[in-house]
Amino acid sequence: MAALMEARGLTRHFGGLKAVDGVDFALMPGEIHALIGPNGAGKTTLVGLLSGRMAADSGQVLLAGKDITALPAHARVRLGIAYTFQITSIFPRLSVFDNVALAVQSQGALHLRAGVEAALRRVGLEGLATQVASELSYGHQRLLELAMGLALRPLVLILDEPTQGLAAGEIAGFKALVRALVPDTTVLLIEHNMDVVMDLANRITVLNFGRVLATGTPEAIRANAVVQEAYLGA
Amino acid sequence: MTDGVKVLGLHLAVIAGLYTAQFILPQYHATNLARIMVLAVFATGYNIAFGYTGLLSLGHALFFAAGIYGVGLPLQMLEWTTLPALIAGVLAGGLVAGAVGVLALRTAGVSFMIVTLMFAQAGYLSILYFGSVTGGDEGFALDRAARTLGGIDLALDGYRFALAWGLYAVAMLGCLWLVRSPFGRVMVAMRENEERSQMLGYNPYRVKLTALVISGLYAGAAGAVYAVLFGYVGASFATIQYSILPMLYVLLGGAGTVLGPLIGAAAMFYLIDFASSLTSAYLFFVGLALVLLVLFAPRGVLGAVRERWLRWLP
Amino acid sequence: MASGPFLLLAVMEGMVTAAVLALSAVGLSLVFGVMRVVNVAHGEFYMAGAVIAWFVTTMVPGPAAIGFIAALVIAPALVAAMAALADWLILKRLNYDPEATIVATIGLLYMIQQAALTIYGPDARPVEAPFEWRIQLPWFGYSGYKLFVIAAAVLILLAAWAFMARSKAGLVMRATQVDRDTARSFGINVDRVFTGTFALGAALAALAAVLVVPIQQAHYLMGGDPLLLSFIVVIIGGLGSLRGTVMAALIIGLGDGVISMFFSPTLAKIIATLAVAMVLVFRPRGLFGAKA
Repeated sequence: MAALMEARGLTRHFGGLKAVDGVDFALMPGEIHALIGPNGAGKTTLVGLLSGRMAADSGQVLLAGKDITALPAHARVRLGIAYTFQITSIFPRLSVFDNVALAVQSQGALHLRAGVEAALRRVGLEGLATQVASELSYGHQRLLELAMGLALRPLVLILDEPTQGLAAGEIAGFKALVRALVPDTTVLLIEHNMDVVMDLANRITVLNFGRVLATGTPEAIRANAVVQEAYLGA
Repeated sequence: MTDGVKVLGLHLAVIAGLYTAQFILPQYHATNLARIMVLAVFATGYNIAFGYTGLLSLGHALFFAAGIYGVGLPLQMLEWTTLPALIAGVLAGGLVAGAVGVLALRTAGVSFMIVTLMFAQAGYLSILYFGSVTGGDEGFALDRAARTLGGIDLALDGYRFALAWGLYAVAMLGCLWLVRSPFGRVMVAMRENEERSQMLGYNPYRVKLTALVISGLYAGAAGAVYAVLFGYVGASFATIQYSILPMLYVLLGGAGTVLGPLIGAAAMFYLIDFASSLTSAYLFFVGLALVLLVLFAPRGVLGAVRERWLRWLP
Repeated sequence: MASGPFLLLAVMEGMVTAAVLALSAVGLSLVFGVMRVVNVAHGEFYMAGAVIAWFVTTMVPGPAAIGFIAALVIAPALVAAMAALADWLILKRLNYDPEATIVATIGLLYMIQQAALTIYGPDARPVEAPFEWRIQLPWFGYSGYKLFVIAAAVLILLAAWAFMARSKAGLVMRATQVDRDTARSFGINVDRVFTGTFALGAALAALAAVLVVPIQQAHYLMGGDPLLLSFIVVIIGGLGSLRGTVMAALIIGLGDGVISMFFSPTLAKIIATLAVAMVLVFRPRGLFGAKA
């Protein structure tokens, strides 16, 4: 089966630091793929290169076989890549409705109201449409961001530490939500919460110092000695 | 009553009120109001770029002057009739805004302010440099005959007011429609969180350029109508002052509100009118107003009203 | 056209322009470098220096030189105080937000300019040079005072460089420029550094104006051109670098002098304004470009 999204030899420096160092990576259609690694391993940078938030110094990014390396972020979004931020990035002064509407209308403004209500229902935020986004609780803001990502109806949904700051009940709801997304949407997830990772992921990639340490199923990664030493903590 | 009905009702009431004002006010003030309405169109255009999209431009005098000369030169030199000349003025504003935007929008924030200021200055200096064609600093008066539209003499008070009012009504309702449309939402999104907007698939450069061109069309329309109604074309309309005035009107009336520019224009017009009866240094009060607004009331009159009481005000 | 002496004259005039411009531009560059704000009222501080110099020289009795020396001391001091007040009352309250500061300084521009109009009037008035001396070669003559201006500017710039590079205050300013937060955690009172920097920048502009006012006249609108030219110098020369500013001032000053002499001054200004715009659009060089 052909990869939906690929990175080939991706590299990105910041001054003297090699944040991402020649990474090869393949995302298979319909899978939930987790990206783990210690802080500073380059996960957010890698994902930034994939989504177009940052430009690569060298290497390629491919979507469904097409080279999108030169495309700016907004063009990649239109091709079907959605990204939710590690630090919640919504429109705090706008209403919940407007926040989601911006995502829905990006795909075409017909049936806006219905589209927004459907997106809110999916994450369990229906009824909060008229609230100003900044007045939501932290957990609800994370869900709002997720709703916006979903409303884009993406091929690839990239989630950057989505469960951070969520309560246990909210995390359970989040896991159910993500499981319901595949196989129509492919999910790439950066996570520190190992329970979530082991529970959700079909495959895991481990990054350290900007390089791929290992890729495989959760069991294989758990058993991998190199990974254990570097990250999981023996 | 739903918000939509409230909004439309309010804005139509304002338009109706403005129309009847010409019959109630003494002629001096009615003429002032005509001037204010045209300047409010200019400020409304500026608001679309600045208040809604977050583009702090210091170069809008160039777009206003494009309207003034865009109507004035064809009327005076090429002997066009009024309607095509007016259209030329409107389009000139949009075109110049587009040309400036293509370059200036490659920068942001402080750089953008300076680049727009520089282009406007270059425009003003060019008007002086080509004084043989443009009339330079002195400018020129438009022939009475050129200021007629379909046989109607626009220099007469009643018709002058009507055209100014008509322009403002169209401009204001157009702005109302725009800011409540999906694109209006995108403009605000760009202002609020550009990176997030990008990650929702919106092209910042294109959105901002569109907003700037619309803003330029408004400025051009205001300039063109101003020239025809008041009969004078001159380089003074291209000076920095005419970039600062719309910003001041918008800040005072309320950036990001549809009716704010009208309130700001009216208030500042009369403040300056009053100040210039006291001293020839009336611009001092313009400066003072700017400083006080930025320090204490950055939201302006309608901005504060919207926040405290009328959340539904667009 | 007998271009030899004419060209030399243009060059000399350009040098004078460059000298005065360098002083003014260094002031603007300091403010932008340390405080990261653009002071649109900078030209008005310059004008205020000239106007105050006129008042001082008019009021001080005795030979022109005494009045001039008094002006050299009093004008920059008063303008510095004005600037410090503006910083304390306005800029600090705005938290030095870049866009709000520009709007506020535009307001300040009008206030200072119109205050000068009210107090000083709309006329341009000359100030007597401190000494009359003319260098006369067989084929070329030049004003000794103008040579003095160039020399004085060079001295002041050297002093400014020494201050920035060698003194403790200069070190504190440079530290604040490089990293405001770290400076704060080292116990540096950033607010006071900002007020001091703003005052120093204004004082340099005023000083430049006092030097130039015997050559040009003092007029309430004279701040516009120096503002534009200082802007150009700072943007093209790169911020923070004293050397870059001085070199850019030389280029711009000489260029403006030569073009103005052989072509129209208006054309020179058009070229200059477009050049600034194009530099910012295509080569922001990390100056303002970091904000994009």
